[in-house]
Parts: sequence; structure tokens; C-alpha cells
Amino acid sequence: MNLLEIKNLTANIEDKQVLKGINLTIKPGEVHAIMGPNGSGKSTLSKVIAGHPAYAVTGGEVLYDINFQMKNLLDLETDERAKEGVFLAMQYPIEVPGVSNFKFLQTSLNSILRHQGSTEMEDPEFRVFLKEKMKIVQMREDFLDRAVNVGFSGGEKKRNEILQMAVLSPRLAILDETDSGLDIDALRIVADGVNKLRNKNNAILLITHYQRLLDYIKPDYVHVLANGQIIETGDASLALKLEERGYDWLVQ
Amino acid sequence: MSGEYKYGFVTELETEDVPKGLNEDIIRLISSKKNEPEWMLEQRLKAFRYWQTLEEPHWAMVDYPKIDFQDLRYFSAPKKLPDNPKNLDELDPELLKTFERLGIPLQEQKRISGIAVDVVFDSVSIGQTHTETLEKAGVIFCSISEALHKHPDLVKKYFGSVVPLTDNYYAALNAAVFTDGSFVYVPKGVRCPIDLSTYFRINAQETGQFERTLIVADEGSFVNYLEGCTAPQRDENQLHAAVVELVSLENAEIKYSTVQNWYTGDKNGKGGIYNFVTKRGKCAGKKSKISWTQVESGSAITWKYPSVILQGEASEGAFYSVALTHDYMQADTGTKMIHIGKNTKSTIISKGISADHSVNSYRGQVKILPSAENARNYSQCDSMLVGSNSRANTFPYIEVKNKTAILEHEASTSRISEDQIFYLQSRGLDIESAISMLVNGFCKEVFKELPLEFSVEAVKLIEMKLENSVG
Repeated sequence: MNLLEIKNLTANIEDKQVLKGINLTIKPGEVHAIMGPNGSGKSTLSKVIAGHPAYAVTGGEVLYDINFQMKNLLDLETDERAKEGVFLAMQYPIEVPGVSNFKFLQTSLNSILRHQGSTEMEDPEFRVFLKEKMKIVQMREDFLDRAVNVGFSGGEKKRNEILQMAVLSPRLAILDETDSGLDIDALRIVADGVNKLRNKNNAILLITHYQRLLDYIKPDYVHVLANGQIIETGDASLALKLEERGYDWLVQ
Repeated sequence: MSGEYKYGFVTELETEDVPKGLNEDIIRLISSKKNEPEWMLEQRLKAFRYWQTLEEPHWAMVDYPKIDFQDLRYFSAPKKLPDNPKNLDELDPELLKTFERLGIPLQEQKRISGIAVDVVFDSVSIGQTHTETLEKAGVIFCSISEALHKHPDLVKKYFGSVVPLTDNYYAALNAAVFTDGSFVYVPKGVRCPIDLSTYFRINAQETGQFERTLIVADEGSFVNYLEGCTAPQRDENQLHAAVVELVSLENAEIKYSTVQNWYTGDKNGKGGIYNFVTKRGKCAGKKSKISWTQVESGSAITWKYPSVILQGEASEGAFYSVALTHDYMQADTGTKMIHIGKNTKSTIISKGISADHSVNSYRGQVKILPSAENARNYSQCDSMLVGSNSRANTFPYIEVKNKTAILEHEASTSRISEDQIFYLQSRGLDIESAISMLVNGFCKEVFKELPLEFSVEAVKLIEMKLENSVG
């Protein structure tokens, strides 16, 4: 059974059409990469799947497996999508002054656990749980008392996104340019973290400009998005080809 | 948003009113109704005569039509009130019901919280709770009218000692026509065993509320005082001009917290309370402390600067404030810290949130007098804008006359953005929890100063008011 089926998806920001008929199918356990030139609609696609209010969907559907039934994600609020296991690691993680990372992560996880009918985690239990997850992205403990993303370096912000992914264990994780702005060490830590979180039940959609990330996280499929449509799909070798030849040979 | 103001109901009661208008006869009438000593009547008349020479001030960033003081009623009291209700069960059942609707059960058996409450309904105090516990500790907590009879020396000594009759336009008006309020005296070395609280309710139409609160903490004592207020939804504006005076003697501490939730007016700015209040504390003794913590979320117009005069050596003053404005509300609020004594210290933390078409101004003054060696002040003023039609202003005034002073000032303006809400929602928080988390984070330093039950109430209040303004 598929995890995600995007069919003829079109979307606007303000009056400008950005997505012009996207079709994409993802199965559990798969890693897909979406590459493409600037302004092709990559970030828009990720935000539309997650439910950002600035984008208006004008056509098509985004079907997603909820309890073995394909439901249209577009009918759900952003938080309801998150509760069903959709996660977006943002390109520019937002600062939340005055709210500690610990409290933020705990509130997020508990709202999802509550939705699933599971027991919520109290402070001590959550702290133990969190410590394990922090190892995945090599976070120090003092980081938990700091306000969410406030005063974080670019690398820390991106690691924080992956920590959130580790805590929330999404079924569909979309990583929007998680590699941008990272030095090679930070990239390795982040990629390593993502690989550890990969399993046969979840799927990952990587949005990236650079083939470099794909050296660390091996995709099953690579798609090229240009001018709001997927114009080419291949395996990992397609990324290498793009690295060599650019996009021009595809976009005519 | 006005539809969500659950305190907007009116209680049908027979009342005893004085005729509309303001003159010496009315003042004499109020004083005689309260059976006041002669000196108090003289004070009232003095204040009134002074008030008549003043012009209404217009320096605040608030805009409203001229108030016709002759068109107001200055006294209104529920009729069936026994002279000295020994027992709250003697009260009109309608009144008891009113306070139950407001979430303040007055009857002994229904009380679970450990807070002593004085309730002021329109112009009069209608009774206190927990009187026995307080009597045992020697704490005096009663209406100011009662205090005038039972503890005249204490009242005479401190009344007007912090806010003189001639202080400002509204303080002078209050001194002339004040009707009731709370009086607290905590004796030497006593830590008040329970929190004290006054709940103010305006009910009658075309009536102003002019209450007067006086709190004296004698040497080495401590008291935690909470103030809450609501009013019915009415189309016309109503005036509330209160005066609060605090006196903290050597090593004493007063913590004064307010959750102000007067009716704000409707979505189009019609109606609502004009809240013109003078609040000031005096740290009279060495190492005395006073802190003002306020959550200002109501009133059509707020004009309020809870201040501290730091007279005693090494005394400390603090002001923690969250002011929320929405729809067409206007708030001009802040503090004054007047450093007189050596080694005095003050802290100001102000958080303003403005939504819809509202205007929210912080106005504060830090004054270091020549005698204040080694004074310290830390000020932080943050504004948060919600939506694109609201305004926030910051007016900090600093006057330093002693070179040893150290002052720090920080200010910021931010905006609750669609992206912030999206970020939190994409982590599974629903819209209410997302706003709550953002506002809580913004106001954290102030909320942590509130007593627990107040802070829970404050958070809920602000969430509810912001729900319609965001997104």
C-alpha cells in the first residue's frame, strides 16, 4: 500500500501559480529526493503537504494512508496532519522566544500521543526518552533549557529539526533543504541522524539543491522539479548526472 | 470578541443611589451616608475644590470624548444590604448568585481556596471572607469605610500619605468622591497567613466607580494581595477612577497583583470602561520591598502607572506588566520608579501585546535623585504586534541626578507571525495551544511573578482574547 499519492496537485501563492500539476507516489520505507533549480516549487510542495496557510491549493489531491485508508490530507488542519505522522523539517526553523526546547518537544509529543490514545509522558520519563534521542544528533543537554531556536547557529537549528523528527517519529518526513548552510561535519551529523531514523515503515522526502547530501542519505528515487512540474524521475544516478550537467538539458 | 466576555451580565437589584451630578452637596451626602468622621469630609471637600481648578490631562496616547462629570452618579449601593453584615448569608441572594457566576463563591461552605476576599459592588464593600483566620494573626482586612470607624488612627496616619489629594486630576477626583475599597494592615513581624484579595464589580448604569485601597505592611511583615475586576457590557462608557496606596515599612514586603478584566467595549469600540487609576507604593523603611504585577486585559481605555517611591535605604521596587489590547482598546500604562534612598533597586518588565486596531503604549519613568547613591535600575520593555493594524509605542523617561547610578534598558518589538503558528501547528499543536505557547513564552517573566491560580487565569484570559485576532 502506498503511503502518499499526490495527484495533479496545483497551488498558488497570492495569484501566482507555483505548482502546475504534481504527481508523486511514495511507499513506506522509501527515500525520495526532489531536486530542481531555484524557484521551481520545491519548498512550495513541502509546505503544501504540511499545510502552510499562505498557499492556496487550486486543484488535485494529496492522498495519505491513515489507518489503511487513503485520505485527502488537504482536508486536514496542519496540526491534524502532524498528528497523523506528517513532519516537515524546515529550511528556516522559526524562533519561539521564552519557550524551552524541553517544553516545546514535550508539548508536541504529548499532543501527538494524546491523538493516538497513548499515555502522555511526564517530565522525568520524557527526559530519559529525550536523552536517547539527543544522542542521534549529538546534542548537549544544556540545549534543552534554551528557548527554541533562539540564538542557535544555523547548524544547531537544523540539528534541532532532526531531533524533533527523532522525538515525533513521523511516518512521512519531509526535509526541506536541511543540508543548506551546513558545514561538512554538521552535514554528516544530520545525515547520520536521518539514516538512523530510517526504517521500513516510514518514508523520507528530501528536498535539496545539492547532490552532496545524497552521498550520505541514499535515495531510492530522484525527481527533478522544474517550473512546477516533475519533469524527470530516476534512481540515485540521476543526481550525479545533474551534478555533472546541471538542469539545462532537462529544462528546455 | 465582545460576545466572549462572560462577565457582561447585569444583576437586577434594588439600589440606593444619589442623584446624578457632582457638587459639594453630593460629597456631603456621600460622606453622611457613610457616617464619616468630620476630618474625612474636610479632606473630600479640599480635594474637590482643588480638582475644580484642574484641567483634564491629555498627555497620554489615548483619545476619547470629553467626560461630562455632571452626568455621572457618584454613589450606588444595593438596597437590601444590612448595615453591618456579620454573616454573608444576610446578603441579598441575587448578590450571592452574582459572585458565584463570577467564580467567587462567598459562602463559607463553598469556599475551598485559601484566599480571603473583600468584594466591592458598585460603591460599597459587601463583605469579607476568612475573617477569623486573619483576626488570629492580627491582620486587619476590611472595607475602608469600616476602617474609618474601627481604626481611625491608622487610616488617618496613612491615608493620602503616598498619593496626596492634590496628586493628579483623577486622584483628586477620587479623594473627593471615593465610596469604598479595602483597607489592610499587617502588624509587625506578621507574615499574612493567607493571600488577600479584593474583587471589584461595577453593576449599576451611569455610575462611576471610585474605590480607594490602602495597604500598610508594618516592620518585617509580608502580604500578598490580589485584585480582580469585571463589569457588565453596556453601550455607554463608564468611569473607574481608583486610587491604591501601599506603605511598606522596614524589612516589610507587599506583593500586589492585578488581573484587570473590565468590559472593553464591543468590536467597533462602543462602550467599555475608562480605567483611570493611580497606584503608588512607598518603600518607607530600610530594606522594604514592593512589587506590582499586573495583567491588563480589559477596559476601553487604560491610564495607569503603578509606581514605587524608594525612600528607605536598600529598598526594592518592581513592576511586572502584561498589557493586552484588542479591537479598539487604548492603553497607556507603565510605571514610575523614584529612587531617593541609598542602594535602592528597581526592576521594570513590561510586555505589551496589541491586536486588531488597538493602541498600546508603555510609558515609564526612572528617576534617580541626588541622595540615591548606588541606585540600580533594570528596564525591559517588549511589544508584540498581532496583525497589521495595531500600534505599539514605548516612552521611557530617564532622569539621573547621581553619577553612581547604574541603569540598563532593553526594548524590542516583535510580531506573532503566520510562520510561527505554522511551525508550532506542524509539530502537532492545535491553534489554541500554539497561540498559548507563543504568548506564554513572550510573557513568561511576568507570569512567573503571579500567584499560581492568578497565572492560570491570566494565561486563559489572554488566550481567549487573542484567539480571534491571530491567523
